[in-house]
Formats: sequence, C-alpha cells, structure tokens
Amino acid sequence: MKKLLFSLYVTAIAAFSLIPFLWFVLTSWKSPVQITAIPPELVPDFHWGFYRSALESYGLLGYIRNSALVASATTLVSIAIGSLTAYALTRFHSAWLKFYLMLLLCVSMFPQIAIAGPVWRILNGLGWLNTYQGIVAAYIPLSLPLAIWILTTFFKELPYEIEEAALVDGCTRLQALWRVVFPLAAPGIFTASILVFIFAWNEFFFALIVLTSPGLQTLPVGIALFPGEYTMPWGEIAAASTIATLPLIALTLVFQRRIIRGLSAGAVKG
Amino acid sequence: MRVRNPALWYIFPSLLFVAVFSLYPIFASARLSFYRLILTLPWLGEKFVGLENYQDLATDPVALHSLTITLIFVAATSIMEVIIGLGMALVLNESFRGRGLLRAVVLVPWAIPTVVSSQMWRFIFNDRYGMFNFLIFGEKTELYLAPLADTLLAPLAIIVGDVWKTSAFAALIVLAGLQTIPDELYEAADIDGATAWQKFRRVTLPLIRPALLLALLFRTIDGFKVFDLVFVMTQGGPADATNVLQFYGYKKTFAEGMIGYGSAISVGVFLFSLALALAYIRLLGARILEKNGTK
Repeated sequence: MKKLLFSLYVTAIAAFSLIPFLWFVLTSWKSPVQITAIPPELVPDFHWGFYRSALESYGLLGYIRNSALVASATTLVSIAIGSLTAYALTRFHSAWLKFYLMLLLCVSMFPQIAIAGPVWRILNGLGWLNTYQGIVAAYIPLSLPLAIWILTTFFKELPYEIEEAALVDGCTRLQALWRVVFPLAAPGIFTASILVFIFAWNEFFFALIVLTSPGLQTLPVGIALFPGEYTMPWGEIAAASTIATLPLIALTLVFQRRIIRGLSAGAVKG
Repeated sequence: MRVRNPALWYIFPSLLFVAVFSLYPIFASARLSFYRLILTLPWLGEKFVGLENYQDLATDPVALHSLTITLIFVAATSIMEVIIGLGMALVLNESFRGRGLLRAVVLVPWAIPTVVSSQMWRFIFNDRYGMFNFLIFGEKTELYLAPLADTLLAPLAIIVGDVWKTSAFAALIVLAGLQTIPDELYEAADIDGATAWQKFRRVTLPLIRPALLLALLFRTIDGFKVFDLVFVMTQGGPADATNVLQFYGYKKTFAEGMIGYGSAISVGVFLFSLALALAYIRLLGARILEKNGTK
C-alpha cells in the first residue's frame, strides 16, 4: 500500500513535468486539419509537414545557426575569463576579492530592464547592434557570475600541493594554471560550460532588443515573434519549439548529475 | 618586476565586462531617470527635470497597477514553487529505482527555453484548440473560455506557466538542504516511535528551514524579472491585467522611447531587487564568505 502510494506520487511528479511539453511535441506532428480540430484531437497523424514548413518558409535554420554561434561564443569567452577570475578568488586572499564575489552575486540579481537602456546605447555607440559580438558582449557579464560561482567551488577542492610542485619546477603561474589546474578542474569547467550554454541559448530579453534584424535573430526571438497574420501558425511554432528544445533535453538527460551539482554548488540560478 | 597585486590581472577581464555592461548601465539608468528624454520627440533634447519622472511614476495609475500585479505574481509564484519544490525534493531524496531518471525528468521544464514554454502555455490556454478548455469542458465547445483574454484568468495563466517552469529549481535547493540531514536523527526518532508526519514536522522541517528560505528568496528575486512569459502570452493585456513592471519598463523605454520615464521605472524595479538581494546576503552572507557556498 505504502509502495503503491509512493509510485503514484512519483508518477504525478513525472506527469507534471512532462505532459504539457509532450502535448506540444505531439502537436508538431499533427496534420493541418487536426491542429485546428475543435475540440482538440489527442493522437497525431505523425505528419512532418510542419517541420518542413518551419525550416523552409520560416527560416528556422538561420535561427538555429545564430543561436549556436552566440551560445558557443558566450560559453567560450565566459569560461575563459571566468576561470581566471575563479582562480584568483581561490588562490589569492584579500578583502576586496571577497567584495568582488559579493558584487558578482548582486550583479546576477539585477533585473534586465535596469541595465537594458544604457546597454543598448553603448552597443549603439560601438555600432554593435545587430552583430554577434554585440549580443555576446551583453551576455558575458550576465553569465559570468554563474560561471565564476561554479568554477570557484570546483577550484577550491583542488589540492594546492600539485600546483605548488609545478611552481617549484619553474612553471609560471599562468603555465601552472593552464597545465595543472585546468586539466584537474575539467569536470567543473565542463559543468559551468553546460550551464552557461543553456543560459545563452535560452536568453530572450537582450536578444530581443539587440538583434532586430531577422537574419541575425536567435531561436527564442524567432519563436516569440513567429509571424501570424490572422491565425497563429501553431504547427510551425510547435515544430520550431521542439527543435529548439531537443539539444537542451539531451544535455539534461545525459548530464543531469553535473547540472544538479552545478546549480546547487552556489545555488545560483542558471 | 614585482606586481603589487597579481590578483588584479586575473580579475581584470571579467571586471571589465561587468563594469562596462552591468555596473555602468545601473548608474546610467539612475542618471537618466532625472532627465526628460523622449526619442519620438527629439527636439525636446535631454533636459534635467529633477524628481519629475518619479513624481509622475508615483501618480501613474498604470504603474501602480503594474506594481500590484507584480507583487501578486511574485508572492503567488514563489510560495507555490517552494511548496511544490519541497514536494519534489522529498521524493528525490528517497532512494528508489529510477531516481536518476526522475531527477532528469524534473529538470526538463527548467531546461526548456522560457519562450518555448510560454508559447506552449499560450497554446494550452488557446480559446479553441487549447487543452485547458478540453480538460474542463470536453466536447461542450460552446462553453470554451478565452483565458488569456480574461482579466482574472490571464494572470493565473502566467502564474501557472512560471510555477511549471521553475518549481524544479526550488526543488534542487531544498534537496541540497535535505541531503545535509544526518540519518542518525531519523534513526533516533524511529527508536522514540515517531510517526512519519512527526518526523517530517519535528526533524526535517526545522533543519531545512534555511534551504526553504533560500529557495523562497531566489524565487522572489527572479519573480521580479518575469518578462518572457508576459511578452509571449499576453503582451501585458488584457487591459493591463498582466502588465508586470519589467514589461511596463520595456514598453515605455523601447516601444515608446520614453527613456527618462522608463529609467525611473527600471530604477524602481532595481531597488526592489536590491532590497531582496541584500536580505539574501544578510541571510547567507557569512556562510558564503567562509566557504564560497560549498556544502
């Protein structure tokens, strides 16, 4: 009896988490007739037309390319810069380093609107609106707090002795960082990379204001601004949404342990 | 050549980005909130008007309504997310077959782009093809509602969208708290003949209080940032029923070009978040400074 109740509870949690999205995925496989059926039909015809139309008529491939480029570049730069900072935070000690960590924590809590206007003006001044470097520049400080926080917790666990040995053997600090610390901290760097990548792939607010030309927009902007004149093209939206989400669900299923560890490491939101 | 503070060189790149794209903008927003600057009326120029924008803000009925809506949204979502998160965490902390899978499944809504989950809920609450109507009214299509066009149901729809998306995040924080409780405490309670409810009430709950507070605070700070859901599902409507602060600020600044007034709104949102962030640091600051948040 107790076991049965527990299984029911587990099933309820799984259903809560999966069923709404599953229904959206099923929607993408419906035929145009099924999708406008009132009341809605549950079982799709497994029709791939909406995928073709999303890719061909709505330029989904362009959005995917932009998202992949922006998210990868943000991850690379954030992790590179963040590792240096995290290294300093764990190896040097001073009051203002602690203050800097607090400052980063505060920065991660800023609501986007509080900085959006001036960020737009800076990018406009640099001629970086509607450029990849513009959106990446805006994303880096937003993802740095998360990256630094996670990297710091991982770097802290590395024994200092190995590094010291390298320094004694004549390595410079940067060499020791590159040859000794990074390889040892690889799991932490990987975890931080996944979370930064997911953040950059999903971000919408800054993408909306910085990338206004359709050729440069990322998936979230494309999906939010899906053009529909009289009726919404729900089939195409569902197909595009499924494609935009698949890589993330794959990452989550494979790296569930790392993601949970990373998120609870500093309890910083991704 | 000895550098006096080598740490500076390591921190410099990140500090540069944070200073240019996060710290300077905060001060620039604060400065602009004392100016009248309207992009659609460029001949007015950039005129210092003192506190005028803030006076307008305090008497703007739309802004005050927006604040009320935001506070209701923040309170409702954070409380529900922590309760659901606790429910999830209690299960995820048990050992059973398929626990790893359930952990991954729970993370799915968290991983989905908010824009995608917003379109999903918009479709679920669709007045004709939506699952919401079908589940409640079945085949009786004449009764179908248009929740997103209803001033009472639209805010509820947004709340549902947020609770579904982020309860798992609250669950992870609570789970981290649950994992620090030593098994001996439960064993001792068992010897004393405590029931499951007594164990939860007397052992679990007091010990995970800090984790629950932390989850609540995180969700509150995040609640003030709600934007994607509103942008996609309702555009602030109907009749401003879901016009949350961040969306209102966006509309004033970017759609209407009211830079000065928009900045005053953004400073208001910032101060609310800052107050919460300070509460958070006070609550956990000591622990973070000592251990950098490691458990």
